[in-house]
Amino acid sequence: MMTLKQSRRLQSVALGGLSWLIALLIFFPILWMVLTSFKTEIDAFATPPLFFFHPTLENYIHIQERSDYLHFAWNSIAISFSATILCLLIAVPAAYSMAFYETKRTKQTLLWMLSTKMLPPVGVLMPIYLLAKGTGLLDTKLALIIIYTLVNLPIVVWMVYTYFKDVPRDILEAARLDGATLLQEMLRVLLPISKGGLASTALLSLILCWNEAFWSLNLSSSQAAPLTALIASYSSPEGLFWAKLSAVSTLACAPILIFGWISQKQLVRGLSFGAVK
Amino acid sequence: MTTQTANKAQLRDTRKAVGRRSSNPGWFLVSPSVLLLLLWMIVPLGMTLYFSLIRFNLLYPGENEFVGLENFSFFLTDSGFLPGIWNTVVLVLSVLIISVVGGVLVAALLEASDFIGRGIVRVMLISPFFIMPTVGALVFKNLIFHPVSGILAALWRAFGAQPIDWLANYPLASIIIIVAWQWLPFAILLLMTAIQSQDLEQKEAARLDGAGPGAIFWHLTLPHLSRPIAVVVMIETIFLLSVFAEIFTTTNGGPGFASTNLAYLIYNQALVQFDVGMASAGGLIAVVIANIAAVILVRMIGKNLTDKG
Repeated sequence: MMTLKQSRRLQSVALGGLSWLIALLIFFPILWMVLTSFKTEIDAFATPPLFFFHPTLENYIHIQERSDYLHFAWNSIAISFSATILCLLIAVPAAYSMAFYETKRTKQTLLWMLSTKMLPPVGVLMPIYLLAKGTGLLDTKLALIIIYTLVNLPIVVWMVYTYFKDVPRDILEAARLDGATLLQEMLRVLLPISKGGLASTALLSLILCWNEAFWSLNLSSSQAAPLTALIASYSSPEGLFWAKLSAVSTLACAPILIFGWISQKQLVRGLSFGAVK
Repeated sequence: MTTQTANKAQLRDTRKAVGRRSSNPGWFLVSPSVLLLLLWMIVPLGMTLYFSLIRFNLLYPGENEFVGLENFSFFLTDSGFLPGIWNTVVLVLSVLIISVVGGVLVAALLEASDFIGRGIVRVMLISPFFIMPTVGALVFKNLIFHPVSGILAALWRAFGAQPIDWLANYPLASIIIIVAWQWLPFAILLLMTAIQSQDLEQKEAARLDGAGPGAIFWHLTLPHLSRPIAVVVMIETIFLLSVFAEIFTTTNGGPGFASTNLAYLIYNQALVQFDVGMASAGGLIAVVIANIAAVILVRMIGKNLTDKG
């Protein structure tokens, strides 16, 4: 007969197995994509699908030749980083003032900002498209940088606000009594204290910019097109380059995936606006 | 004596300076953000409103006369409108339900079980959230759903069944699966972390009082998760209302309008058929719908977000 302890143990092992099963199921598409990227095109299309095969690096070698990968990767990097920096420059002062000089209107302002996120991008697609066209910004990195900054601004303000709320006010007041100016107070006291929070905010902004696919697909064609657009271009049925598509996708996703794994704990707090600590 | 007074005077000046600053650096610092967001809202929306009232087709430049509400009536009676609304609602609600229910269950499962490799399981569970929507959609389209070489086709054949062309036969369900695959991990990530902060003593006390695991889950764990669940619903709704890339790269909204949501319908109107007037009317309708959703959400959840602990 099983003792209570044994049955508890068995139960916990079974639940552990179930957890592994679910995790593998959810992760499978990514795993499969990475495996496919090391196959030859013929192996990639084999039926039934091959789990064991001779790995090859030829896809990775040919990516640059077929699609000028570096051009798109550079666009993604330049756009994401510029938009993130610009966004933080605008958001930090706003978050500072809302976190430390709260007025009756602060909460309304915060909620209003978030509500601008609910504006569906298609609602303003035509004007933005025509404005970009009229100003010659269509298919330029600058257009995407401006738009990503604006699109992510509400979430970035919220996140920075959440982190600033946790900074003890006494420290800032002490700095002020020591005669620190507003700028010194922010640069020398506040930013060093909250650099962890700012880093994870920047990271989230980078992830959102890197993966954004509505504006990049509609406002860029070749010159400024980032990786999302390069990958979407493989959706056309012209060729069955699945192994190469997988290789491009793996390269495009790997940096963000690794970033995400490293920083998951900090991301949670920011993403939940402080609801989860 | 004199130095003392000087010091005092200095202190008074500092206090004054401090006092002045604490009274208002506010709007000066907030205003760039607010102004930019206001511009971002008002200028394009104003233009959309204007475009929606004139005839404006990029294929026929110069014919921009005022047509009143004609664009709206065209858009509302367009054969894609009702399917578009319906598909948007189905898509948003299905993905919300899958991610909230799935997220709570997975979080509870991880909390209840004890096993080797917890860190790896965690990483695998949240990974899809970091994958580009275009990549996720194409991986599903070519490697999973494909009727010839997809994994599901192989699975079907292994059981002697005829493989199914998922995206052609079940377009909306397939897209829901793709989108849910991206957003379930977000819910898991948040809820998994939230569940760890639950009060263990309280749970232990309930258990000693004879409460079963079901009762503990229902009466203690779920209420504890209400705020993170509210956040998940809020954030996901924002992004799900404008799902675009997943449809763009897989079904192109088809067959027919079977997988066209409002966002895709308007895109199609604007950049495929070049009818800016009608697309703008559609855009305004999408804005109205999003605002209704926003008002409901803020009523339900806004308090949850701004009230600290």
